[in-house]
Amino acid sequence: MMKAGTKSKQKNAFKSSVVELDGVYKSYGEAWTSDDVIDDISIEFPAGELTVIVGPSGCGKSTLVNLMAGFEIPDKGTVKVDGKPIQGPAKDRMVVFQETALIPWQTTLQNVTFGPKMRGDKKGASLDKEAKELLVKVGLGEFIHKYPLQLSGGMQRRAELARALINEPTVMIMDEPFRGLDAMSRSLMQEFFLELFEENRKTNIFVTSEIDEAIFLADNLVILSNKPTKVQKVIKIDLPRPRNYKMLTTTKAFKYKKEAMSLLHDEAMKSFAVLK
Amino acid sequence: MTTTVNPIAALFKQRTFKRGVIAILVFILIWHVGSQLDEWTGIDLLGIGLVPPPGDVFAAFLGVIPKPGYWMSWVSSFSRVLTGFFVAMLIGIPFGLLLAVNRYFRGIFFPPFEILRPIPPLAWVPASLIFWPTNEMSIAFVTFLGAFFTIVINVLGGARSIDISYLRAAQSMGASQLDLFWKIVLPGTLPSIFTGAAVGMGITWEVVLAAEMISGGGTQGGGGLGFFIWNSYMGGSLEQIVVGMISIGIAGYLCSSAIRKIGHVMMPWRRLF
Repeated sequence: MMKAGTKSKQKNAFKSSVVELDGVYKSYGEAWTSDDVIDDISIEFPAGELTVIVGPSGCGKSTLVNLMAGFEIPDKGTVKVDGKPIQGPAKDRMVVFQETALIPWQTTLQNVTFGPKMRGDKKGASLDKEAKELLVKVGLGEFIHKYPLQLSGGMQRRAELARALINEPTVMIMDEPFRGLDAMSRSLMQEFFLELFEENRKTNIFVTSEIDEAIFLADNLVILSNKPTKVQKVIKIDLPRPRNYKMLTTTKAFKYKKEAMSLLHDEAMKSFAVLK
Repeated sequence: MTTTVNPIAALFKQRTFKRGVIAILVFILIWHVGSQLDEWTGIDLLGIGLVPPPGDVFAAFLGVIPKPGYWMSWVSSFSRVLTGFFVAMLIGIPFGLLLAVNRYFRGIFFPPFEILRPIPPLAWVPASLIFWPTNEMSIAFVTFLGAFFTIVINVLGGARSIDISYLRAAQSMGASQLDLFWKIVLPGTLPSIFTGAAVGMGITWEVVLAAEMISGGGTQGGGGLGFFIWNSYMGGSLEQIVVGMISIGIAGYLCSSAIRKIGHVMMPWRRLF
């Protein structure tokens, strides 16, 4: 089921990749006091699909993101993109960070053109033109010369999406990207993000702790356990695309939510009890 | 807006400027009342009666303004401050950045730095008077020390507190180590560099004055404002002491507003606060 997207995506003009975790372990600290964060995770993120990872807070979702992005190296196991083990961070896997990671001393336009300029693969007027078009697309056409701090939270997230997309990644990794937005901007961002995804169909790994958000966005819903983190269950979310908010109130969506919630609730209770 | 606006009149239209002027006038008034209290009421409030009234100080100010010796004091103090300060910036910024970005460099140089740092600059005065061939050089050296440690510690702290996601984002977009330094670390440290510069500049003035007083600051007219105050003290001119003090206040203010202005121009993204 999860491999379904791989073949049909090859003819898509937008390239996207399969990401695989193969027996990944990660712990922090010295061997004798080690705190296992990731405990033997093997999972495949199908090309061109949106896979949402949910898990109780503090379960190591961000560690998983860092491993897939290449910011950290697993103790055991490998992370592969299209079958090849990754070598550190690269432009094929763009990360949208929890809090904004727009560079504060660069204008929106400078932020968006940063990647291509650093690599020197696109330059000058044509790069600026492409960046401006992207910014117009994410609704920031009027704000290209503003600094990130002059933008609202929702605008910052959209600028960050544009900054990631200009690098033509084959995988997008989103680490609770809409956290900290108010409810209204959050749901607007979700819809906007879905439109974008449904249009370009890049492999998307989306981490969140919000179940409604997860079900609204996902093709596949990965439910993680408490620390040490394992995959508890993968639920295929079989809601039609393009999606809209009304689908969340259907019985089908509700069934998914019920299932996810009961799995998560048990895990959350465990970590809650540990805290006490 | 007309094209011929008197800039001074325009200044007075600004509320903050007006407030500032009024605050200074009120301060002078309180000073005046304090200095005259003994004469008016017979109460010597904590010996405050000894303070010369602002009018006398103003007269003394007018008295020294035409004297080239007074202005020479400005020039020599300023040149010492600026020399020490610029050398401290020139060495301190790269040194602090290296401490921040290179583990080995930090391992080697941070411990001795931390042992030298708590030594007050003035404790260096006797030693540097002996080490350096001229008085001038020893004053400049002590001034340099005053700014150096502050600048380094600010640069180090600033560079180390840059959000790691900026570095990670830049790295995954293909930035090289050199790019990371020039595009992320350096601009990210600028605010701390300016904080360090502002604090360092203040210390430089403190140090230069004290060093001038201790060393006698040379002889012919090159004594600086510290020596000017010391000389006035020796000559028993209370008014001139205060003139010297106010001159330092003005000099320090000019320096720190220059640093603020430059910071304002160099960090446009921070003008939003």
